Amino acid sequence: NTVMAAQMTNAHRRFLQVLMSNGITEGSEARKLHQHCCETDKVHYAHDKLDDFISTINSHLQPLFMQIRKGISEDDGRAHYAVVNLAETEVTKMASDYTEIELELFRKTMDLIILSENGFASSTDILNLADQLKTKKIKKKEAEQVLKVFVEDKWLSEKNGEYTLHTRCIIEMEQYILSNYQDVARKCNICHSLAIQSQVCESCGIGMHLPCVRKYFRAQTEPRCPKCNEFWSCDIP
Amino acid sequence: QVSELVQFLLVKDQKKMPIKRTEMLKNVIHSTAAYSEIVNRAGRTLQEVFGLQLVEIDTKRHTYILINNLPRAEGQYLCRDKEKEKMGLLLVILSFIFMKGNSVKDSALWEFLNLLRVYPGKQHRVFGDVRKLVTDEFARQKYLEITPIPLTDPTEFKYQWGPRAEKETSRKDVLKFVAKVR
Repeated sequence: NTVMAAQMTNAHRRFLQVLMSNGITEGSEARKLHQHCCETDKVHYAHDKLDDFISTINSHLQPLFMQIRKGISEDDGRAHYAVVNLAETEVTKMASDYTEIELELFRKTMDLIILSENGFASSTDILNLADQLKTKKIKKKEAEQVLKVFVEDKWLSEKNGEYTLHTRCIIEMEQYILSNYQDVARKCNICHSLAIQSQVCESCGIGMHLPCVRKYFRAQTEPRCPKCNEFWSCDIP
Repeated sequence: QVSELVQFLLVKDQKKMPIKRTEMLKNVIHSTAAYSEIVNRAGRTLQEVFGLQLVEIDTKRHTYILINNLPRAEGQYLCRDKEKEKMGLLLVILSFIFMKGNSVKDSALWEFLNLLRVYPGKQHRVFGDVRKLVTDEFARQKYLEITPIPLTDPTEFKYQWGPRAEKETSRKDVLKFVAKVR
């Protein structure tokens, strides 16, 4: 079922360039960018055709094992776009930007986050890893600096001294995480995507994203688990 | 293999560092026979999909850069803030060099930057170590060409536009910028 793919125009190229340099782009920003690109390069613009616009780019990115992917933020449920490398089997996207030591710290932090109950790792726990690194032991102060860079570069996000994976990281590494943390990584029962932060049913153990919980229980009189029907014990966000 | 090379080039270019042929051979291509074919195809893909042009800036040492081939756009979507500020400083320096006949001595450049309250010794609020930014980063990225002036003691240097600046900026753009500043 092959349809002739639409041609790339400079508007598509410009959109792609900006998306790549942003790292991650929020939904409304992406829509504004779509309009800007079409206007700058004098391409026909239709405000509801962003998905088609992106599909065109994706059809050209496919042979390069790349893709513009949409992900939902676990904090506010808003859509974000990132350019993802599908051929990656490791955190190779980051490999060129960070040293071996930094990468090891990141991987260990990611372990802590994914293995945690609530998707967060405390700053204390992460800094304690500093002198356990195999590559080279570093001081807590240095580790703190590295964490700051990860937050600036949008691989981690920080809230109240605790760290979780940034939406960008989740979009870019979802496949990597699902395959490497197969038994531990949770999938949301509602949207079936990877869930780092989640609420978990005390009875049957299924997990759901907080925005998904909010949406799902909005329509319910009594919050009950969609799988085992037990009363939902967590506070509805 | 073309797709691997495309990704390799994109990643390398993210840091605006020139890419050497030896690096491409070692990391991606592994075959000098196939080299030209793969590089050409990668170049066409980069142009077609990303609007980037693969340009050889040193034909002796075979180093390449990617330049943006899209018509320059107005507006705030160009780059992140810190980049924008660095580019602003760079444009000022390029303009100065251009207005002074395409080549200036380091002492003249720093005298000019002092007027803008940018000092080589002091940490700048935005740029940090400015001397490092100008003599190290901008030179490595091939925006500036810094060459020692022979028979000077202590060695003085002359600053000119580097090959990346030549390709990415037109002198027309620089004139427009200078006109705006005046």
